[in-house]
Amino acid sequence: MIELRNLSKLFTTTDGPVDALRHINLTIQNGDIYGIIGMSGAGKSTLVRCINMLERPTEGTVLLDGVDLGTLNKKQIQQVRRRITMIFQSFNLLMQRTCLKNVMLPLLLGGADKSAAEKKAKELLELVGLPDKANSYPAQLSGGQQQRVAIARALTTEPEVLLCDEATSALDPKTTHAILELIRDINKKLGITVIVITHQMSVVQEICNRVAILSEGQVVEEGDVSEVFSNPRANATRNLIYPEMEEGMSLFSGRGQLIRVIFNGAVKEPLLAKMAVECNILASILGASTRSVGDRAYGYMMLDIPGGPEDLARAVNWLKKIPDITVQVEAEYAGKEERA
Amino acid sequence: MNFASAFTPEGIRKAWECLLNEFPFAIWETLYSTVLATLFAIVIGLPLGVILVTGEQKGIRPLPSPLMKFLNVLINLLRSVPFIILMVLVIPLTRAIVGTSVGTVASIVPLTVAAFPFIARLVESSLREINPNIIEAAQSMGATPWQIVVKVMLPESVPSLITNFTLAITTIMGYTAMSGAVGGGGLGKLALDYGYRRYMPSILILAVIVLVVITQIMQSFGTWLARKSDRRLKEK
Repeated sequence: MIELRNLSKLFTTTDGPVDALRHINLTIQNGDIYGIIGMSGAGKSTLVRCINMLERPTEGTVLLDGVDLGTLNKKQIQQVRRRITMIFQSFNLLMQRTCLKNVMLPLLLGGADKSAAEKKAKELLELVGLPDKANSYPAQLSGGQQQRVAIARALTTEPEVLLCDEATSALDPKTTHAILELIRDINKKLGITVIVITHQMSVVQEICNRVAILSEGQVVEEGDVSEVFSNPRANATRNLIYPEMEEGMSLFSGRGQLIRVIFNGAVKEPLLAKMAVECNILASILGASTRSVGDRAYGYMMLDIPGGPEDLARAVNWLKKIPDITVQVEAEYAGKEERA
Repeated sequence: MNFASAFTPEGIRKAWECLLNEFPFAIWETLYSTVLATLFAIVIGLPLGVILVTGEQKGIRPLPSPLMKFLNVLINLLRSVPFIILMVLVIPLTRAIVGTSVGTVASIVPLTVAAFPFIARLVESSLREINPNIIEAAQSMGATPWQIVVKVMLPESVPSLITNFTLAITTIMGYTAMSGAVGGGGLGKLALDYGYRRYMPSILILAVIVLVVITQIMQSFGTWLARKSDRRLKEK
């Protein structure tokens, strides 16, 4: 289990101090695939580097199974880094070594016997599906294959936690999918906790069970992925999950009464037709989208409610009675904006 | 100097005699002092170059900044003294090490002193070419600074180091020719003795041709070796 307690990181730059992280509190349970998502510059990379102490936090603590990593000396940190390993956006393989020797490297650094390291490395290349590439050099492989080798390398020391720093951001969608499959497999088969740093919501929805949304160095929302998707509370979350929704909002704001309806796949009723019949409100759809997370579908609609404030209230009350739906009033009559 | 006389039958005959009698040993002397001076310079310059990169404040093993400043100033100082003057300046050191300041063996000392700061800078630039992400990856595996240098930085920069060492060895060979002016042996001494002092331009020209040929061979070999060792090139 990894616990981040009141974690802050301050960088001193020539333009003055920069708050990269502010009072982060997170708990990552064993076996989780935990997503940390945010726009570029939100502090994701700094956060993940605090977990293996590549960056020392300015304030707060990182606990690995209850042990405060900040109190460990260099040698102990080097040992911890064999238990928390990492893969990267740019793969970071050694270009002058064969794949096999790349995978062997962490074991050799730890003083392992060469033949034992070679045996282990071969097993892992098998696991990631590249047994025939042992004697190839990284430059001879595609991006997806290089990331597989990097994953094998990260597994040689039999870690408890795998940190993935934008591990699929340099890959095309198909390869991304294959790499995420592999990571999920590793999580299931080997029971390794995975922490996924990404700016792509699609990555979180594909493999994560829990997610934290990072914005300007702070965790603005945290929870089960299904929970966060069906009921995104923070603006940053909505921006990430339904980027086109925020765009639509700004496009239509000031043009009537807008409400946002977020639903999950359990809603089977013809919502708008029913509302028209039962409340006599003829809402128009300004925008809509769906996302699938795991085996459930999530989506949103942006509705323009005609009439006055009483019509709006009627519509909202009616919608709120329907299970698995979240209603948020975005713009009231006369274009007054209110954000949840 | 009248270069036309170099091509008279008399000039050619003298050059031919000299080529047979004097050149083989002179070539040996040149190669001997060049190779040994380069090796000694690498022995001193390689670790120094590594320290210049790893010891800076953002490096993998920061050293006190006054020490780093001192090393940088020392290197710049040695690099800025012209070789011909440096040779005279280090005569006491040469005497202390070799026992004399004259001869091919003695010339290795000033050559080494002139070459190691150069090599240190070349090593520094080779190591700075390494993608910093790879070093971070090594740190994330729990590598110690020493392991990062030996297992990551140096192996990853082998092609670049070979290219730079080739540059160094050809430059040092140029210096050996200069050392002929102050008691060093080899092709430079031959060219100066016969060509300049005894007024035999044919030998001067011949010595230059031989130096050019040796330089070409070294350069081609170095380039070939660097390319062969580089695993980043997909086609081989």
